[in-house]
This record gives sequence, C-alpha cells and structure tokens, in this order.
Amino acid sequence: MTAPAALNTARPPAHEPAAGVSLERQSNGDRVFRVVLTLAAIAIPVLLAFLVFELWSGARLAIDRFGLGFITTSAWDPVAENFGAVPLVFGTLLSSFLALLIAVPLSLGVAIFLTEFAPMRIRQPVAFVIGLLAAIPSVVYGLWGIFVLIPLLRTTVFPFLERLLGFLPFFEGPIYGPSMLTAGIILAIMVMPYIMSVAREVLVAVPNSQREAALALGATRWEAVRTAVLPYARSGIFGAIILGLGRALGETMAVTMVIGNRHEISASLFAPGYTMAAAIANEFSEAVGDLHLAALAYVALLLFAVTVIVNAVARLLIWRVARGSAAGSKAI
Amino acid sequence: MHPTSARATTSLGLAILVAACGGGDGSSAGGDSNAIPSGVALTGAGATFPNPIYTKWFDAYARQTGVRINYQSIGSGGGIRQFTEGTVDFGATDGPMTDEQIAAVSGNVLHVPTVLGADVVTYNLPALGQTRLRLDGEIIADIFLGKIRKWNDPRIAALNPNVSLPGDDILVVHRSDGSGTTFIFTDYLSKVSPEWQQKVGAATSVSWPTGLGGKGNEGVTQQVKQTPGTIGYVELIYAISNGLPYADVRNASGNFIEPSLNSVSAAAATGQLAADTDFRISITNAAGEAAYPIASFTWLLVRPENADTTEARLIKDFITWMISPEAQRMAADLHYAPLPMPVIELVEARLGSL
Repeated sequence: MTAPAALNTARPPAHEPAAGVSLERQSNGDRVFRVVLTLAAIAIPVLLAFLVFELWSGARLAIDRFGLGFITTSAWDPVAENFGAVPLVFGTLLSSFLALLIAVPLSLGVAIFLTEFAPMRIRQPVAFVIGLLAAIPSVVYGLWGIFVLIPLLRTTVFPFLERLLGFLPFFEGPIYGPSMLTAGIILAIMVMPYIMSVAREVLVAVPNSQREAALALGATRWEAVRTAVLPYARSGIFGAIILGLGRALGETMAVTMVIGNRHEISASLFAPGYTMAAAIANEFSEAVGDLHLAALAYVALLLFAVTVIVNAVARLLIWRVARGSAAGSKAI
Repeated sequence: MHPTSARATTSLGLAILVAACGGGDGSSAGGDSNAIPSGVALTGAGATFPNPIYTKWFDAYARQTGVRINYQSIGSGGGIRQFTEGTVDFGATDGPMTDEQIAAVSGNVLHVPTVLGADVVTYNLPALGQTRLRLDGEIIADIFLGKIRKWNDPRIAALNPNVSLPGDDILVVHRSDGSGTTFIFTDYLSKVSPEWQQKVGAATSVSWPTGLGGKGNEGVTQQVKQTPGTIGYVELIYAISNGLPYADVRNASGNFIEPSLNSVSAAAATGQLAADTDFRISITNAAGEAAYPIASFTWLLVRPENADTTEARLIKDFITWMISPEAQRMAADLHYAPLPMPVIELVEARLGSL
C-alpha cells in the first residue's frame, strides 16, 4: 500500500526540470540501474572468454600433441591415445544439415498455413501444441527414437528408401536402424517447434496492407503469400532457421541415443555416425587418460568454433537477405 | 513492495532456522550412539556401475551409525581424478588405477574390492529364442574384431552341435559411452586373443573395429532386442533383470560356465590373491573350474597412511562394516556378486594393518 503513495509523491519533481537538465542530473536510482545493467552486459562476454579459456587450457595437452592435425585425421583410439576429430565434425554438420532439410519446409509450411490459410478457431490451439513439442526433454526424444522411431524406420521407411533410391550411394544398405539419417530425423522433429514458432510470429507481424495490396491487384492467396508476405518476412524467417540450426548443432542426448556412435565417415545415410556433442557426453565421465580428456576438451573447443562460424555465416546471409528484401519490397 | 519482501525474508530466515535445528537434532542423535562428532560426513566419487549398491549401503550405514556418506556417481575417470586431487575422501573405480596414475597421487593408494561385476554376451536370434549358445573367448574376440561374420560360422557351429544356427550376418553392438562394463569385456578379450590385445586393447572406451555403439546398458539392450542377428555385451545384473538370452562362456579350465552370481564369485575365489596383494588384480579368464571368465572387482580407493584423521577412521569403520555378512547380503539382493570368503579375509587383514 505504501509503494504507490511513494511513487505519487516522487512523480512531480521528475516532471519539474527541463529536458536537458534531467539528463545531467540523474537520480540515484538511475545511476544504480545503469551500473547494474552495465555489469550484466559485461558479464556475458566475460563468461564467454572464461569458457573459451577454460576449454583451451583443458585441451592444451591435445593441442600440443596433435596441433591442427586433429581436424584432419580420423583415428579415435583411447588405448593408443591417438585422436582425430574429422568424423565428429562431419557428423555434427551433416546431421544438422539433414535436420534443417527436413524441418525447414515442414515448419515453414505449418507457419504459413497457420497464419494465412487455417480457420481462425484452430490457429492458436495448433500453434500451442507445436510449441509444447519444444518443452519435451531431449532424453525423452531419444527414448522415443529408440523405442518407436528406429523400429519403424528399420522395418518400413528405410527399406522403402533403399528400394527407391538404392542406386545412390547415400541410400546404400545395410540397414541397422540407428544411423545418420535417424539422427537427422530426430533433430528435425526437435528443431521444428522453434522454427515454426518464430516463423509464425514473423508472418503474423507482416502488415495486413501487404496482403490486401497483393489481393487487390488480383493475386490469388498463394500468390499474395509468395510475392507480398514471404519477401517481407524473409529476414525473420532466416532468423528462425538459424535458431533451429543452433539447437541442432548442440543437441546431445537424443542424437547419441539414435546415431549409432561409430567414429567413421561413410557416404550412406543408413550407416551409423557420430557427433562432437555426443562424443563428449559419451566419453567424458569415464575418460581416464589425461590425453583422452584433453582430446575431448579439444572437441568441445572445435564445437564452439564450428558453432561460431556457422552462426557468423548465417548472420551474413541474413544481412544480405535483409538488404535484398528491402529492394524486393520496392519492386512490389 | 516493502512489507512483502520483509515478510519473505522473515519466513526464509525461519525456514533456515527450522532446517538448521532439524539437521542438528538428526546428527546429534546419530552422534550419541557412536561417539562421532556431529555433522561428520564423508564424500566419495566415482564409478556408476556399483552406484545402486553403494547408495543402499551408505543409506543403511547412516541409519545404523549416523555417519553420512555422500557419493557422486560421476564415473570411474572422474572418481580417480577427484581422488588424486584430494577433493574427496575416497574414490571408486571399475578399472584399477595404473602405476602412472598412482604415481600422480601424493602418498599411497589402497584399492579395496567391494563387490563383483560381470558381463554377459547377449544376442538376438529369433530362431533360437532363449537357447543358450556356447562360446569361447577367441570366438567372441573374432566376432567383435569383425572376422567371424556369419552366425553359422563353422567355429560357432562346432561348439553348438545341437543348435541349428541361421546364416544371418552378425551385427556387433557395443557401448558407446566410456564404461567399466567395456573395461571388463575388453580386458577379457585382450587376455584370450593376442590379436585383440594388439589391435584394440583394454580400456573404458576403445576403438571398436566393427559394429554400432549404444548408449548405456539400455541402449545396447534395445538395439540387440530389436534387431535380429545382433550380438552385444551387458552387465550381468541387467541381463538377469531383463530376461535377455546369454551365452555360456568357456573358461580357462575348459568348462562352459553359465553367468550367475555364484560363478562370478567363484572367479574371485580362484583369483590366487597373494597375502600382500594390492588388490589391483584382474580376475577375467580366471582359472577355477566353476569360474565365469568375464568378471571383475570394483574398488574403493582410499589413502592408507593418514590413519589418525577422523575421515580415515570413518572410512576404515565403513569398510569393516561393508565386508560384514549383512552388507554383502544386500549386494546379492541387488544382483551384485558378493566377495568370496578368502577375499574378505584378505581385506580384513589389510584393514588391521592400516
């Protein structure tokens, strides 16, 4: 009860001084607020620097021993203490790429349907349900992958793909169940809610005048979406995809449960693979040798570097697309 | 805002006070019975494989004596590291420390065996159902090396004359996570197959020549259960409680032995422990008539010299209790093979000399 009263008495003096003076003479509250915010802003880069330093010092033994050769060799032998990370980097990039390949068209389709075509009554409930998918812990996705998805893929989907596309090296048997493709599919399901939710928000934010203008010119609903709505929302949609990509790159538990964990690069998507995050999660707790531990820290450092690079490239892409979309809207 | 936060602070303080009183009551009650300073607790860290029995032991021990033992099952590697750095009172590991690792510890290290673990070779051959195959070490090694590729390989058939083996491909499933289970298995294969020792070796995680990696016992189990033609290895406890089919393995005496708590204990009994053993012995491929060959101790790591500190005394008390028949019976209840009598006597003798 006392708080509103205090606020009321404090208000008149705040209005009193001229605009220039109020900037000069900040109140104590402002100053404290500013310091707190500055500290919060500094904390994040410091944390990041500390993280990189910690990884680097943990990985030093391996960096000294293997140098950059770590990124070009593919042995992984804890007994002989010989380590190389190529299959891990490859697996991380490929599984994330597969995930986006499946998830992007699906989630964009759902987002467009929900904002442009779906009956008003079902828009909110469906969006809510898809959002719920994001709340499921990844170990549950992993278990579901083991118990439901893998048997289904092994007995039905993969043999079908093999018959249909078996002439390609990507779909060559034998079929085990756990595989790079399984990991890609699980990841796709996991990143879909992120891409879908953000893309939907972006599409909802497109001004109605865009649609109306296109429709007024005689465009069909699909043409209006394609020529007026999507170009306007382009950079936001790219942002949504990058959010999904970030999640796919770092996902650990579900992937390690379905990918087969084989330290090897193979052309076939039916073959087992491995990712950086999965290797760290698998081996860290029982890594006894110092060099083994350092190699895992080196992998973590690499994962960090890969994430930064992929994100930077994606940012660059957004930036160019954003410029493109401005030009595009002018054309319309 | 003010009154609310003040009330919150008061109630928080009250809660802390209550908690503190409660904690004090508990520990002093425990302390009275055993003349132990109140609030004393031991911390340990290490192996995940024996975690269920350790948890049960520590709980029962706290009830009986009031000594609380906090155990973090962070894995053998982590256990050895924390023990070496001295951040815990004792460590726990599934594979014994190497001489190098012991050299890194300031002072001595005593390995105290607690219970026994064993691996079984499980498989999925729908035509056979629960029929137990007979395998020997060299065949298992060659299967996991990728040299024996078909189930109806003449060498497998020779050991199983009454079983009609299918001509399917063998699909190997192994653990992908570093694990004491893998250590026991690869340690055994290294002993029975020179080629395995040379190409792969023994460790908690190794470079597998062939096959898929499943995460944890459950990952391997599911992969084997779902896919016909697979073969894998899991902990004995896991196979028993999940009703998996598993193989009888030929031991060093030439007998085919069914994995069971008894045959695993038998492997430890015939471990030929010298009176001055440091317990860092491998009992895989043990020589006894009834010994199951893929078995191992799991150990606590303790520092023997500072015996006059409270912690050392408490650890010694705990180990004395742990080798009592009562505690070892708890192990059998959870499907861990208890230590055989000769080993218990040796541990007892060692404790006396601490």
